[in-house]
Amino acid sequence: MEINDFIEKFAEQFDDTDPSEIKADTVFKDLDEWSSLVALSVIAMVDEEYNITIKGDEIRNSDTVEDLFNAVKTKA
Amino acid sequence: MMYNPYSLEGKTILVTGASSGIGKATAVICANLGAKVIAVGRNEDRLSQTVTLLEGEGHSYFVCDLTSSEQIDNMIRQLPEIQGLVNNAGTSILAPIQFIKEDTFKGLLQIDTVSPIILLQKLLKKKLLKRGASVVFTSSMAAQGDVAPGNSMYVACKGAISSFVQCAALELAPKGIRVNAVCPAMIDTPLAREGVEEEQFAEFKKRYPLGTIGEPDDIGFGIAYLLSNAAKWVTGTNLIIDGGVSINY
Repeated sequence: MEINDFIEKFAEQFDDTDPSEIKADTVFKDLDEWSSLVALSVIAMVDEEYNITIKGDEIRNSDTVEDLFNAVKTKA
Repeated sequence: MMYNPYSLEGKTILVTGASSGIGKATAVICANLGAKVIAVGRNEDRLSQTVTLLEGEGHSYFVCDLTSSEQIDNMIRQLPEIQGLVNNAGTSILAPIQFIKEDTFKGLLQIDTVSPIILLQKLLKKKLLKRGASVVFTSSMAAQGDVAPGNSMYVACKGAISSFVQCAALELAPKGIRVNAVCPAMIDTPLAREGVEEEQFAEFKKRYPLGTIGEPDDIGFGIAYLLSNAAKWVTGTNLIIDGGVSINY
């Protein structure tokens, strides 16, 4: 797993947020477009792309995209 | 003698998904109202535990994976005539539409829609449901417009059940068999709590005019009513039990 790849896929779950706004240190829950449906999309993306099952907990306990990346990575 | 038009005395009632949540509560209520309960589920430990909670004599359980036609056939061969069927077993999978996988969706449809309908079909074919019998499906408020993003597969499965109930009611009315559904809003069950934090639950409660989400018993009482002779003129209905959440639709 590579962080830039993860950030790119994470950013794909947004429709109105420019991908350039999303970086490793972005506090993603502060993004205007962040919603429970985007959270669900991120969970589904991680499952589809990395074959890793994460739950709401991992998202809740992460502040930045990098936090989430690390949480996912530990489950790899 | 006590006046109780809701009594289930003399009825044998089969409840699927009886090892937890709404099914378990329904089994307990039916037994309290005098029914003999046949509890059906996949987990033998939890099923036998449900049976220990049942008041009165003559209850039994079957371990049966209802997604398997063979297992249903095998169970039906051993069943007596029943006066009530509670088609309650079900589950849910959340996914945004663009992440729906065909196999996942088919699997959910099998559990929530196809299997309960096939169970009814097989019971009718074997003439184990006769005049005076009552069939109750557990549908959902998700089938009545109370939808949430990410829940589309479940909504489709339960919507099919709520529509099926109307046609089945019409078709079976001449045989004297009633068919209804209950439509619960959010109920505090293991299924609803999966992956949800306590604080999120507190948020959910705010949506409900009655100030809280439902308990399994709230639905079990509705199911018991539909099974009883008190509901002898009720068929083809989707009984909303939702703490008032749909009032402002």
